[in-house]
Amino acid sequence: MKKHRLVIAALLGVVLLAAMTAFASAKPAKKSVSGSINIVGVWTGDEEKSFNAVLDGFRKANPDVKVSYKSTGDNTPTVLATAVAGGKPPDLASVSQPGLVNDFQKKGALKNLDYARGTLNANYPADIAKIGVIKGHVYGLLIKGANKSTVWYNVSAFKNAGVKAPLTFPAFVRGANTLKSSGVPAFSVGGADGWTLTDLFENIYLRQAGPDKYDKLSKHTIKWTDASVIKALKTMAPLLQGGNLAGGTSGALQTDFPTSVSNVFTKKPKAAMGIEDDFVPDVVASKNALKPVSGYNVFPFPAIGRARNYVEGGGDELMAFKDTPAIRALVKYLATGKAQTIWAKRGGYTAPAKTVSASVYPDEITRTTASAVGKAKVFRFDLSDLQPASFGGTVGQGEFKLFQDFLKNPSNVTGIARQLESAAAKAYKAGK
Amino acid sequence: MVAAPPSGEPGVLRRNAVAIGFLAPAAFLLIVMVVYPTIYTIIRSFFGKDAHEGFLPSGSFAGIDNYKALFTTSILVTAIKNSAIWILVAPAAVTAIGLVFAVLTERISWAVGFKAIVFMPMAISLFATGVIWHVMYIKDPSQGAVNAAIGAVKSWVTPPGALSTASPSTPALTGSPQTGYVLQKPISAGGTALMGLTAIPPTDVPSGAKQVVPPQPKQGAVTGVVWRDFKPGGGVVGKPEQGELGLPGVHVKLSDSSGKVVQNTTTGDDGSFTFDNVGSGTFKPGIAASTFAAPFAGISWLGSSLITPSVIIAYIWVWAGFAMVVIGAGLAAISREVLEAARTDGATEWQVFRRVTVPMLAPVLSVVFITMLINVLKVFDIVISIAPGSTQSDAAVIAVQMWRQSFGGVNDFGLGSAIAVFLFLLVIPILLLNVRRFRREV
Repeated sequence: MKKHRLVIAALLGVVLLAAMTAFASAKPAKKSVSGSINIVGVWTGDEEKSFNAVLDGFRKANPDVKVSYKSTGDNTPTVLATAVAGGKPPDLASVSQPGLVNDFQKKGALKNLDYARGTLNANYPADIAKIGVIKGHVYGLLIKGANKSTVWYNVSAFKNAGVKAPLTFPAFVRGANTLKSSGVPAFSVGGADGWTLTDLFENIYLRQAGPDKYDKLSKHTIKWTDASVIKALKTMAPLLQGGNLAGGTSGALQTDFPTSVSNVFTKKPKAAMGIEDDFVPDVVASKNALKPVSGYNVFPFPAIGRARNYVEGGGDELMAFKDTPAIRALVKYLATGKAQTIWAKRGGYTAPAKTVSASVYPDEITRTTASAVGKAKVFRFDLSDLQPASFGGTVGQGEFKLFQDFLKNPSNVTGIARQLESAAAKAYKAGK
Repeated sequence: MVAAPPSGEPGVLRRNAVAIGFLAPAAFLLIVMVVYPTIYTIIRSFFGKDAHEGFLPSGSFAGIDNYKALFTTSILVTAIKNSAIWILVAPAAVTAIGLVFAVLTERISWAVGFKAIVFMPMAISLFATGVIWHVMYIKDPSQGAVNAAIGAVKSWVTPPGALSTASPSTPALTGSPQTGYVLQKPISAGGTALMGLTAIPPTDVPSGAKQVVPPQPKQGAVTGVVWRDFKPGGGVVGKPEQGELGLPGVHVKLSDSSGKVVQNTTTGDDGSFTFDNVGSGTFKPGIAASTFAAPFAGISWLGSSLITPSVIIAYIWVWAGFAMVVIGAGLAAISREVLEAARTDGATEWQVFRRVTVPMLAPVLSVVFITMLINVLKVFDIVISIAPGSTQSDAAVIAVQMWRQSFGGVNDFGLGSAIAVFLFLLVIPILLLNVRRFRREV
C-alpha cells in the first residue's frame, strides 16, 4: 500500500514537472523573420475585408512576404498594452487613438517611420503628413481618415422650412431658428456620447481661434480658461438651447449617437440636422428609410470668419513595433494613393492621401465628405483624441463629462471652462 | 492529522510526499493565479501610471498618491457613495422581497407558475438585463416602456392639447403654455387681434386648415385670427401672409379689463374668430391653456438624479427570484407543528410570521443577505449597460471605476490597483463573517 502511494506521488511529481517545463517553454521567443509581417488593428467586418483587399495588392507585388492581419476591434489598446508589457508586440498595429502612439513612443516601444517620409510628402497634404510626428520623427501614419466637419440634414425638413444648406456660421444659426419656427427642432444631439459634443466644440474652436491656438490647446500650452475657449463656448451655447434640440436638453443627454442619427434620417424627423462625423450613413444604412441626396444630405461645417475649407478630423494611425525591410516596404506601400484607392473604391473609407482621386469614391455623399479631407486648407486631428485619455477619452469623466454638463446648462460658460482647466491640469500632471 | 510516526517509517518528506503530490497542482495554480496577482496588485497600487510592468512593477513610485486620488477625485468619491447606497439598499431589499414572495407562494395555488416567472430573470445575463432595462427606461414615451405606461395613464387624466409645441410668434402675445397666451395690448369694440403661433410642425396643423385672411374690423365686435405664422423661409413675423394657414378649432376667450372671461369661441377653418356685441370697455383676447397642454414628456429615469435607484430596481428584479427560491426551500424545512402550535395558542398570522417564521428562517435569511452583500460589492455589468454615457459617472460604483481607470480608457493601472485593493478591503470583513458562519454550521 505504502509503495503504491509513493509510486503515485512520484508519477504525479513527474507529470507536474513535465507540465511546468512545458508551460515554461510553450512560447519560444519568436524572432521577427524578414518575409513575414503580422498586423493587429481596429478594423473589423467590412473594414477588415477592405484592408485585406489593400494588403492583397502588396502580396501580389511581394509574393515572398507573408502578411497577416488580425482584428482586435475595440480591445486593441488593451491587447497592445499587454503585448508590449509581455515583450511580444506585433510588427504593425493600427489604432484610432493617437494618444496611444504617444504612450508607446514614450515607452520606447515604437520604431520610427522616417523612411516613409518621401512617400508621405509625395502623397499626403502637409497637415496630415505631420500628424504622427513626435519630436521630429514619424511614429504614426494616418491610414484611414475621417471627416468630422460634416453636418447631416433631412432634405424635406429643410424644404418645409425653406432653409438652404448654410455656408457661414451666421446663416447656420439663422437657419436653426427658422427650422425651429417651422416646428422641427434644428439639431439632434447624441449627448449620451460625449464625443459628439467635443467634436462640435472643436469644429467651432478650430475655425474661430485658428489652427495655432488649436495646436496650443491640444498640447495644453494655453489654458482652457483662455479667452478663445470662452468665446468658442459662448458661440456654441445658443445652438444647445433646449428648444433647438430633439427631446429637449434632458432628452439629448440620453440620446446615444445611433439614435441621434435616426432622429434625423426618418420620414417624420425629430430634428432637422445632426452635427456629426462622416460615417453617419453607415450607422443607419440597414434601417434607413431615406435615400441619399434626395432624402438626406450633407454640407461642410459652416465657415466662421474666413476659415473656409477647414476640416477637423480623425482616423486610424499605423505604428510599427519592429523594423525590417519587409515592414518598410509595406508601410511605404500603405501610404501611397495607389493602395488607398483600392479601399476608397470599396466605400466606407476616407483616404488621407491627396493622390486619391475624388472620382473613385462609390457615391456622391462619400465624394463630398471624403474628398474634403484631401483638399482641406487646414486639417487638424480631433482635439480630445490628442489629450491624455483620462481627460479626453474616457466615458463619464474629463472632457466628455464636462461637455455633457455644459449641454445640461449652456449658460455656465466660465464655470465649465474652469472645470475643464482643472481636469486637464490634473490629467497632464498624472501623465508625466 | 497523522499521529506520532512509528519508528522505522520513512522521513518527513517521504511521509508527506503523497499529500504534497496531491496538493501541488492546486497550490501551484493558487499561487500563480491568486496569490501572485494579489501581491502584484497591492504593490502596483503604490506606483504611478507610467510604471514599468515586469515581474514586479518598477519606476515612477507614487507612494500613497493613488489612494489620495481615490478619496479626493470627485467621480471616485461618487462611486464610493454609490457603493454605500447599494450596500445599504440592495441586499436588504432583495432579501425582504424574496421573503415576501416565498411566504406568498406558499399560499397561492399557482405557485409553480409564479415561481417560474419570478425566477426567470436569473436565466438572463446581467448585461442583457441591463440592455433591456435601458430600453425600458428611455425618456421618450414613444420608446421607453416605463414612461409609455405612465404617459398612457397621464394622457387619460389630462389629454394633451392640439398644438402642444406651439409658441407665440411675436411678443405681443404673453403668457406661458401653462396659463395660455393673452394679447398684451387691450383692444375695444371694432378692434382686431393678430395671434400668430409658430413652432408648429406641418403635420400638427389640423386638417381642413385654410389660407389665413387678415381680420376685418366689425362694428361692436372684436375680431381676430389665430394662424401658423410661418411659411418656408420664415416669412414676415406677425403678419398673415399668402402661404400661411389659419388654425381651426382653437379655443379663444375674451377677458374684460378686470381679467374676467366674458366670451368664448372657437376659430373657423381660416383661423378667424369674432366676439359679437362686446359693449364698451377694453378687452384682451387670449388662447386657452388647454390648447398647449404638453403631452407627457417622460421621467428621466436615466438622468443623473434617478440613475442609481433605476439600476438598483433592475438588479432587484433579477435577484429577487434567487432569494425567493432559497428562502422558499428554508420555509419548506420549517416544521409545520411549530406554526400550528403558535396558531393554536391564539397568535395572529402576522405574529406567527414575525415571531416564529422569521426567527426560524434566520440562518437562511442571513445566507441570502451575505451572498447579496458580496454580490453587490462587485456589481458591474448591469451598471455599465443601463447608464447612458452622460450618467455613467453618476451611476458608477467602485468595481466600475476600477475597470474604467485601469482598462476603460484611462489605462492607469496604479489607480486601478488602488481601487481594487480598497474593494478587497471592503470584502474581507464580509468574507470573514461568512467563513465563521460556515465553521459554526460544520
